[in-house]
Amino acid sequence: LKFYGLGFLKGLAVTLKTMTRRSVTRQYPEVQPDLPPRSRGVIALLEENCTSCMLCARECPDWCIYIESHKETLPAAVEGGRERSRNVLDRFAIDFSLCMYCGICIEVCPFDALFWTPEFEYAEHEITALTHERDVLREWMWTVPPPPAHDPGAGDP
Amino acid sequence: MTFLEVVLRLGLVIIAFLLLPLLIGQMEHKAMAHMQARLGPMYAGGFHGWAQLIADGVKFVQKEHVVPTQADRQVFALAPAVALVPYLLVLLVIPVGPGWAAVDLDIGLFFALAVMSLAVLGSIMAGWSSANKYSLLGGLRTAAQLMAYELPLVLAASSVAMAAGTLSLTGIAQAWQPWWILWQAPAAVVFFTAGLAELARPPFDMPVADSEIVLGPYTEYTGLRFAFFLLAEYAGIVVLCALTAVLFLGGWRGPFASDTLGPLWMLAKVFLLGFVVIWLRVSNPRLRADQLQRLAWQVLVPLTLAQLALTGVVKVVMS
Repeated sequence: LKFYGLGFLKGLAVTLKTMTRRSVTRQYPEVQPDLPPRSRGVIALLEENCTSCMLCARECPDWCIYIESHKETLPAAVEGGRERSRNVLDRFAIDFSLCMYCGICIEVCPFDALFWTPEFEYAEHEITALTHERDVLREWMWTVPPPPAHDPGAGDP
Repeated sequence: MTFLEVVLRLGLVIIAFLLLPLLIGQMEHKAMAHMQARLGPMYAGGFHGWAQLIADGVKFVQKEHVVPTQADRQVFALAPAVALVPYLLVLLVIPVGPGWAAVDLDIGLFFALAVMSLAVLGSIMAGWSSANKYSLLGGLRTAAQLMAYELPLVLAASSVAMAAGTLSLTGIAQAWQPWWILWQAPAAVVFFTAGLAELARPPFDMPVADSEIVLGPYTEYTGLRFAFFLLAEYAGIVVLCALTAVLFLGGWRGPFASDTLGPLWMLAKVFLLGFVVIWLRVSNPRLRADQLQRLAWQVLVPLTLAQLALTGVVKVVMS
């Protein structure tokens, strides 16, 4: 049985029903969003772990990582021993105006010096200000969440 | 009527004229937003964006009046006033209680309908004087819509006037009985629908269809003049809802305390009908030109004629 006005009434019912439901809008600046633990907001640097090996800078598809370092010689630990040399990090910067958030640098880092953090509020007024230096990258380390627990029943990592 | 009383009554009408459209507009903002699973304005004024329309008004006042070079300047400048003032005049005769109208005219219904249809002239003038093809198209669409929907509007109103045996709005509301809601239901639906079409409210917003002809007659308007057109639209909603309430829902008469709480009952009915206006807007897509004309001539006009016959028959049987 078809009669006129049924679609009209259905439309009215849908809008009325939607009005009585709670809106899904998040009021972002007042209320922080609850992001999932693996959110890719920005890349943080744990510079204590960094050996200036340059792997991340070389793997980066758009070359947005700047690393400068110099070599220092450590005196021999024991009498008659050989002097050791090590790299000291002078500059570590990521240009987030170029970064495409692929995360390859984080995957490739052999010393666990780079991490994803859910932090996303780092807009700037000019594009050059988006090149963030090591101090800022180090500060972001504090926003890195602890690694999520393994799934139940998963094997040894 | 003393001079002071006249000033008081006119002052109240002006306040209602400036305040009620804003309240309806705010209700539209919020109700429409929630019907679309949004929140609507939340910032202006702090509490759920209550000052949004005031902020809009301040913004409009600051803007420049731009007049196109080819425009007919005088008509262009006059059009917003022509669109707005008639609704103010109609508000004068609408009763909000037993005999509580700014001017209690014996032919209030006639006056209200005559003046209300004047407001559409504002849109036609704006469309013609803007020297813009979209404005002109919008103006002509307004004219076509007015031609089609004026007839069912007047016929529906005359049905209730026939039932009450008077053209006075106060008289109609006094003669009204609760069972008239059923008896005059088709007339009420037609009156409300045709009124929406005259106001060019969605789903009858073809004259201002922004996806086809920018904003129809209002395309070239800026600043305060544009704000006047917007205010006219919402004042029109208030007037239409108030007229529908007086004619078909008993105006100030409620289930109890009609004499003391009259204006409150009236206000409640106006806002209920205003909500229906918004609800219809959110739920329906815009009608095409041919659908508009078909609805008017093939549905609404026959329906009102049948209603007139029914009113006449019932009236004769009752007497």
